[in-house]
Amino acid sequence: MLSNSSMRTPLGRVRGLGSAKSGTGHFWLQRVTAVSNLILTIIFIGIVIALVGRPYPAAVALLSNPLVAILMLLFTLSACIHMRLGMQVIIEDYVHNEGTKILAVMANTFFAIAIGAASVYAVLKLSFGG
Amino acid sequence: MAEFNLPKNSRLTEGKAWPKPAGAKNVTEFKIYRWNPDDTANPRTDTYYVDRDDCGPMVLDALIWIKNKVDPTLTFRRSCREGICGSCAMNMDGKNGLACTTGIDECGGTGKNAGRVAIYPLPHMPVVKDLVPDLTRFYAQHASIEPWLKTTTPAPEKEWRQAKDDREKLDGLYECILCACCSTSCPSYWWNGDRYLGPAALLQAYRWLIDSRDEATGERLDNLEDPFRLYRCHTIMNCANACPKGLNPAKAIAEVKKMMVARQV
Repeated sequence: MLSNSSMRTPLGRVRGLGSAKSGTGHFWLQRVTAVSNLILTIIFIGIVIALVGRPYPAAVALLSNPLVAILMLLFTLSACIHMRLGMQVIIEDYVHNEGTKILAVMANTFFAIAIGAASVYAVLKLSFGG
Repeated sequence: MAEFNLPKNSRLTEGKAWPKPAGAKNVTEFKIYRWNPDDTANPRTDTYYVDRDDCGPMVLDALIWIKNKVDPTLTFRRSCREGICGSCAMNMDGKNGLACTTGIDECGGTGKNAGRVAIYPLPHMPVVKDLVPDLTRFYAQHASIEPWLKTTTPAPEKEWRQAKDDREKLDGLYECILCACCSTSCPSYWWNGDRYLGPAALLQAYRWLIDSRDEATGERLDNLEDPFRLYRCHTIMNCANACPKGLNPAKAIAEVKKMMVARQV
């Protein structure tokens, strides 16, 4: 890594490793998934309300409708991407030890993928007959 | 992790209470941060009493009164005393501002500071002495956005021409006096000031991005396209709240982000 010693000029330290030439993709995807979450979460809540107090076969029946199943898969995908992006920003804000930060960002990605995979599996299992 | 406790040698202690001015009827209490690099003592807050009938209405008037009449070692920056130089930026009554344009009566004080004026240096900057912060990095960040007109076209014989409505786009930007009230009020700048440029430098960056005469817009955007330099702004809006000139750095940063998206989408 670049030296940060007091002998370096202030401008040299501010310029550091230069611009990463990225960041807008992350920013934009967070906004896009925020919009899709808004729509998909309303649908998700509607489906949860429709199933409150109803037996397991009712859930299987509802989720076997392709439209409902696809919307739930999209909700999972959108929410997990949004969750990963948001948590990454929080980690970058507050975790300043380089090693810990890399590990935390990596663990965050693994967690989002694991949650996403488990949710997709659950939706598909129900959708294809429980 | 971000540090939420001050290092041991930076923790505040109770300082000296200076005597009340003899015979004064209208007295206001000031609690002022003191730190001297020449001894090993922790920073402290000294208490001063200002005779308001003998002193001007602004916080800067009170500081000058204290320095002249009570304690000549009290150290602070000041120059123009009319809100255009940005030297006397400090934290008064929990809010960043210019001591010369902040009235003593505007500083009501709440909690343990009720009825008195608490004055600290700009938050989260290294302190040179008392109310004087070290703004070296802040100025370097301003320099890093290259705040001057950049053109490839040979300079015209007279001036670079600009349409009236293009000139108007600089309103709300050119007035910035680089006092650092905004950047030092920003939590994101506190935690990541080594990589995040901060509201003041980014407002200046936008001032050159939106200048119709400038020909380096793309290079300027390239320079800011970074998860830390630009995207540490989380629209907290403390900057707009703190700005003593009534500018809105958060809006300028949002405009920069829009330009970033516009050239990709």
